[in-house]
Amino acid sequence: MAQKSMGAAPEALSPHEHPFPPLNRGWGWLTWFSTTDHKKIGIMYMVTSLFFFGVGGIEALLIRIQLAAPNAKVLSPQEYDAIFTMHGTTMIFLVVMPIFIGLANYILPLMVGARDVAFPRLNALGYWVFLLGGIVIYLALFTGSLANAGWFSYAPLSESAFTSRPGLDYWAAGLIETGVGTIAAAVNLIVTVVRYRATGMTWRRLPLFVWMMVITSLLILFALTPLNAGLIMLLGDRILHMHFFRANASGGSAILWQHIFWFFGHPEVYIMALPAFGIMSEVVPVFSRKPIFGYTFVAGSGIAIGLLSFGVWVHHMFAVGLGVPMNAAFSATSMLIAVPTGVKIFNWSTTMFQGKLRLDTPLLFAAAMIIQFVIGGITGVMFAVAPIDWQLTDTYFVVAHFHYVLFGGSMFGLWAGIYYWYPKVTGRMMSERLGKWHFWLAVIGFNMTFFVQHILGVMGMARRVYTYPNLPGYGTLNLISTIGAFILGTAVVLFLWNIVWSFRKGKVAGDNPWDAWTLEWATTSPPPEHNFERLPPVRSARPLFDLAHPELADAHAAQPEGNA
Amino acid sequence: MTTANTTAAKPRTNKHIIGMLFFIGSEIFFFLTLLSSYAYLSGAFGNLPRSSLAVPRTLIFSLFLWASSLTIWIAERNFHRRRFGAYRGWMVITILLGLTFLTGQGIEYTELFRKGIALNYDVFSSAFFTLTGFHGLHVVTGLIMLSSLTGMSFAGKLGPENESAVVSLSYYWHFVDAVWIAVFCVAYLIFI
Repeated sequence: MAQKSMGAAPEALSPHEHPFPPLNRGWGWLTWFSTTDHKKIGIMYMVTSLFFFGVGGIEALLIRIQLAAPNAKVLSPQEYDAIFTMHGTTMIFLVVMPIFIGLANYILPLMVGARDVAFPRLNALGYWVFLLGGIVIYLALFTGSLANAGWFSYAPLSESAFTSRPGLDYWAAGLIETGVGTIAAAVNLIVTVVRYRATGMTWRRLPLFVWMMVITSLLILFALTPLNAGLIMLLGDRILHMHFFRANASGGSAILWQHIFWFFGHPEVYIMALPAFGIMSEVVPVFSRKPIFGYTFVAGSGIAIGLLSFGVWVHHMFAVGLGVPMNAAFSATSMLIAVPTGVKIFNWSTTMFQGKLRLDTPLLFAAAMIIQFVIGGITGVMFAVAPIDWQLTDTYFVVAHFHYVLFGGSMFGLWAGIYYWYPKVTGRMMSERLGKWHFWLAVIGFNMTFFVQHILGVMGMARRVYTYPNLPGYGTLNLISTIGAFILGTAVVLFLWNIVWSFRKGKVAGDNPWDAWTLEWATTSPPPEHNFERLPPVRSARPLFDLAHPELADAHAAQPEGNA
Repeated sequence: MTTANTTAAKPRTNKHIIGMLFFIGSEIFFFLTLLSSYAYLSGAFGNLPRSSLAVPRTLIFSLFLWASSLTIWIAERNFHRRRFGAYRGWMVITILLGLTFLTGQGIEYTELFRKGIALNYDVFSSAFFTLTGFHGLHVVTGLIMLSSLTGMSFAGKLGPENESAVVSLSYYWHFVDAVWIAVFCVAYLIFI
């Protein structure tokens, strides 16, 4: 497929390369409701997530407007509580998790050379149940209330004695549904990898994004059901007047909720981070024109992270007062988990080192991700030290920390992935010009918004409170943060516009526009409904590299990552 | 399982069976959460409602459930050997054993309700009904699936090609029985 130069009128796509399978067949656009094709379902996940990304982003901007100046009255305390609760809930459960699942739904079967996921109908069910959950959470709007006890919904605040409006019931019920849908997706992804890898694709030749999605899926399986059990108990308390988390004479325990929630909550952090690690491990090598440095270490450290993530949850509870032995033990495990995460940073940096860097948008986002994630990681290790946690917990230092990890890390990694795989999904490149604008505005806006929050946190500004007193420095730093948030918002608008614009007018991509090495680039862009006409042989972790360089293939296959 | 049968090795790598195993793994964490919450809250349990539990009677009803693990294993063996009549017979016995267990749970619940110990009575009743209730729901789900396969078999619509469904349901049923060992130990033996 010839590539056309920029500036010329966009080439018309011939019918068989049209972005999506023809929709005028049978029920027209209604086929989107009945489809079991993993590619369509993946697109549906991603489009839904992008919609909620807009919603969560508007909520973020409302928060920043309210906090732009001291003693502001733009939002009432009740409205502010609902909005920051919904911002967290939306971004975590309706944006980051499903968009990675959607991306994996689309790309993962292609990467392993499969025709579809293992259970296509279960896959469709998973999506629709997830969507139902998202709708139910927001359906609470019709009751005139939204969940407002934070995304963590600590008891006893979340009990009906203190939060009597029904918004929280919708929140809990909706999250149970998204949980069920997510578990269905996780089972699907794991079985697809276990059972439907192409001939020759051993576990040591598996693309690292696939590796990370397998570990993510396992975390989903073992972390989401505890959350659902906890949510059921919370609903039991609220609706059936049971006694699990009530802090009164009946003997319920509010701390039990915290244990359950954070037993889920910490693996959840890695459910949102590992897919981004996987994207990084695909994008960085391709744009550095080198194989990943230390394939085994990337996969192995992912497994270590997965295992350790179930043993660190009490570091969210240092302020509860569980005693020195508990705090010391979980301090130690929390510091330990930074090691495998740090290993990955070295893998990516050393892959870039002395590589022939191609500074296209995906690599820009990946490079920014490395730096920002390191900052979030360092503040994370600080929080592993219980006394530092006691000093800084519930301040904006925490907000800065987890936004550096989840926005500066996961979201930037995701953006790298979207710019990287968009041509495969639509058949067209995303605009590099808009992409560069998006990148620089996002880097400036993001760091402006959240870096100053470290300082505010150290100064003692409390999070989760709708306003703050006019103390020296508070007003200025918060105003900087708010301006940064609007720059970041502009970047997001450009990103969404880029997606829409490039869909119609982007440069036609061809099968393998990045000259990449994994199987998804061996088929057309977008792939036909059955994915592959024929698969190249898989004799290493980089089958398309072997295909292009047959003279090097044997030497390449002799490398550790090429061995079976 | 069966050694003589060449097809017996095949379903183990079947996607349905692998999927069921991972799903069961996920379910294990669901019950671990309920079980550890029960243990965690047990310090605050009152004596009156707890002493209302009928331990020996529940043990007898539990034996019916555990016996059903044996009968479904025999049923599955017969299915692998293409003895579908015997398969249906043992499936019916399995269903009856499951129903007997549920009857026992029904008696237990009714007695507690009669004493006024409902879901919202205290922290014990909350934990007890949630733990045993969710196990009961899993038994009911299992019975629905057992009945579906048995019904299909009676209708002549369950053939060798459905082996993976038969095997994965069998795994699920063993899981439900195994969970009851943990639930019985925690609720009726340890924290009583």
